[in-house]
Amino acid sequence: MAVAYFDHAASTPMHPEVVEAMREFFDGCYANPTGAHRMARDARRATDDARDILAEALGARPGEIVFCGSGTEGDNLAVFGAAGKGSPGGSGGTVVCSAVEHPAVLRPVEQLGGRVVGVDRGGMLDLDALAAALDGDVGLVSVMLANNETGVVWSLAEVAEVMARHAPGALLHTDAVQAFPWLDVAALAAPADLISVSAHKFGGPKGVGALVVRDGVGLQAQIVGGGQEAERRSGTPNVAGIVGMGTAAEVTLAQRDEVVRRAGRLRDRLADGLRAAIDGVTETGVHPPAGTGALVDRSAKVAGSCHLCFEGIESEALLFLAERGGVYASAASACASGAEHPSHVLAAMGYSRSLSRGSLRLSLGAASSEADVETALAVLPPAVAQLRRAAA
Amino acid sequence: MQVLAAMSGGVDSSVAAALLAQDGHEVVGVTMKLWGGPSDTGCCSVADVIDARRVADALGIDHHVFNFGEDFSARVVDPYVADHAAGRTPNPCVECNRHIKFDRLLRRAEALGFDAVATGHHARVVRRADGTRRLARGADGAKDQSYVLYMLGQETLARVLLPVGDMTKDRVRALAAELGLRTAAKPDSTDVCFIQRGERASFLSGRMEATPARVVDTSGRQLGEIPSVQMVTLGQRKGLGVGGRERPLYVVDTDVAGGVVTVGDRADLLSDHQEVDALRWAAGPARGAVLVQTSAHGAPRPATLDGTRVCWRTPQPRVAPGQSVVFYDGDEVLGGGIAA
Repeated sequence: MAVAYFDHAASTPMHPEVVEAMREFFDGCYANPTGAHRMARDARRATDDARDILAEALGARPGEIVFCGSGTEGDNLAVFGAAGKGSPGGSGGTVVCSAVEHPAVLRPVEQLGGRVVGVDRGGMLDLDALAAALDGDVGLVSVMLANNETGVVWSLAEVAEVMARHAPGALLHTDAVQAFPWLDVAALAAPADLISVSAHKFGGPKGVGALVVRDGVGLQAQIVGGGQEAERRSGTPNVAGIVGMGTAAEVTLAQRDEVVRRAGRLRDRLADGLRAAIDGVTETGVHPPAGTGALVDRSAKVAGSCHLCFEGIESEALLFLAERGGVYASAASACASGAEHPSHVLAAMGYSRSLSRGSLRLSLGAASSEADVETALAVLPPAVAQLRRAAA
Repeated sequence: MQVLAAMSGGVDSSVAAALLAQDGHEVVGVTMKLWGGPSDTGCCSVADVIDARRVADALGIDHHVFNFGEDFSARVVDPYVADHAAGRTPNPCVECNRHIKFDRLLRRAEALGFDAVATGHHARVVRRADGTRRLARGADGAKDQSYVLYMLGQETLARVLLPVGDMTKDRVRALAAELGLRTAAKPDSTDVCFIQRGERASFLSGRMEATPARVVDTSGRQLGEIPSVQMVTLGQRKGLGVGGRERPLYVVDTDVAGGVVTVGDRADLLSDHQEVDALRWAAGPARGAVLVQTSAHGAPRPATLDGTRVCWRTPQPRVAPGQSVVFYDGDEVLGGGIAA
C-alpha cells in the first residue's frame, strides 16, 4: 500500500545530499574535533563550515551559533540559561511565554514560575495581554515564530515593539523550529536575541539543533564539562549531525521558495478538498474557519500546515483509520506512553473540548506529492463518515 | 476475525494476544491510558505501556495507545470518590469493566471495524444450547474474575474473547515463558490501579471531606473516635482503635451524616436477606435458587432470589453498600447488582 506521509512537522526525510555529506564523518573523518591533529582539524573545519551556513541562514554571526542536541535542548538552554535565576551573565527576572508554545518552552517557563500570555481564536498572540504581562521585572520573553500544531506565524517585530515599550531590558527568544522549513528566519527573527532550530524538521538528522545567542547576551550553560561550543554547551560535538544540519540548511534555503509554492498549492487542495467533502470541519488559523464555498485565507499560516477539527470525531480513532488507509498524520502532542493528549494549543484558542478532541494535523514537506493529497482525499472522508456512523 | 486485544502490559493479556495471533486472527494490540500524574505506577504506567508494546513487537502485531483518561476519571475515579464520600464501599474494577473496557473500548473497536475485543481476564464465555451466551468462571479458581465482569450482557458477550479463561495462571506463565514474552514473570497486579499501595486514605482525603465519627457499641456507649467515617466499611474489624477486647468487634453500621460508627459482634452483622440495586442480567432476570458471591474472592452462598432481594439459606453478613453482589448458576454468571 502506498503511504501518504503527512507528518513532516514531526519529522521529515533527510535530503539525499545530507546523507551523502554525513557519510564521511562516521568512519572516515571520525576524530573528535577538539583534538590537536589533522583529522581533528578536518572535523573541526567541517563543523565550522556548518556553523557558517547556519549563521547565514539565521541572520547571525558564526560565533553566535551554539550547536546542541535538539530543538528542545535549544529552547531549554534559552529559557533556563538566559533568564534563569542565578544566571550570572543573564538578565535574571521573570520569564514570559505564550500559551501555545511547544512544551520545550512551556515546561521550563512553568518551572521558573513565569507568566503565560493567551492567544485569540485564530491563534494570534494577544499583544494587549502581552503588554499587560510585561514590566521591569521581566527578563525574557519566549514566543514561537510558527506554531507546531496550527502553523500560525507571528510577527516578532510587533512583539519586540511591545517589549520595547513595556519591558525594554528583556531578551526575546523565539522557537523557530517549525518556521525554518518555510520562512526567511533570518529576516523574521531579526528582532530576537535567541533563536532555536532543529535539523530534522528541515531535512537534516535527528539529534542535532542550534541556538542563536546574540553577542552580548549572557548565557549560563546547562550542560557543563569540557567547555565545547565556546563554554555554552559541553559535550563532544555531534560532527556528522552538525555537518548534516549545515547541508540541510543549505538545501532548504536553495529550495525554499519553490517548496513553499508547491507545498502551499498542495496544502490548499488538500484543505479545500477535505472541507468540501466533509461536513462539520473547522480549519484552524484561517478565515473563515468553517463553511464551504468561500475563499479561504491561509496567509497567517506556514505553507505546509493543514490543521482541521472534525466535529463528533476522536483523533485517536481517525488516526487509526487514516493509517489503515495509508495516511500517516498526527493529532496534538503524544505523552511518554504514546497516548494522545488534549491540545493545549486549541484550548488556548478557545476551542471546546468536543471540537479539539477531533483535531488532525496534516503537515506537508518538500517531498509531498499530488498523489499524497489524492490518497488523503480518498481515505479521510470515508473514515470520518465511518466514525460518525458508529457514534450515531 | 479482526480482534482488538487489550494489553495492559501484564502476563495474562500478553498471552491472550499471543494465542489469538497464533490462531491466525488479525490482532491489533491496544493499551488504554487511563490514569496519569503522581500515581502513574498502576495499570497504565509508562513502563507497562512499554511492556505491552514490546510484547506486541515480539508477536509481530501492531500496537496502539488509546487515551481514555477523561472517561476513566468521569466514570470510575469520580464515582469512586463520591461513593466513599457517601459512606459506601465501591468496587472501581467493576465500574472500569462496565464503562471502560467493555463499553468505551468495545465501541471504539466497533467503530474501527473490529469484530471482537479480547482481554486477559480469567473467565470464560460459554454457549448454551439455546444459543445464548453466559460468562463462566475461569479455569483457575483462585484467579477467577467472573465476579468483576458480571455486567456483561448478550451483545457484549458475543463480541468478547477471553483466551486465557480456560487456563490456570501457572499455565499462562509457562506459555509466556515458552513464547519468550518479557512479561512472563511479571507480578500480578493487585489493589486499585490508580492508587498506590497503602495510599487509599491520602488519595481520598485530598478529594473529599472527612467527617470525624464516634465509635459506639450497639447500646450507644462511646468506645472511641476516628477521624473519617467515610473510610469505614461495614464488617471492618481493624483500624477503629477499639481492639484488644475479649471478642473481636465488627462495624455493624455507619452513619455518615451523624458521624457515628456502630460496632458489635459478628452476629450483629448477620441478616437473612440482602437488597440489591442496579441489577444487570446475562439474559433476562433470574429468580429462585441461586449461588451468590459478595466479594471478589468470597465463597458463593446459596440463596433464593426474589426480585431485588436475596434471601439467604442461612444468615450471612450484610454486604457493604456499593459492593457487587453476583448471582451464579453453578459456574455461570446469571447477573448481579450493587448492594443497597
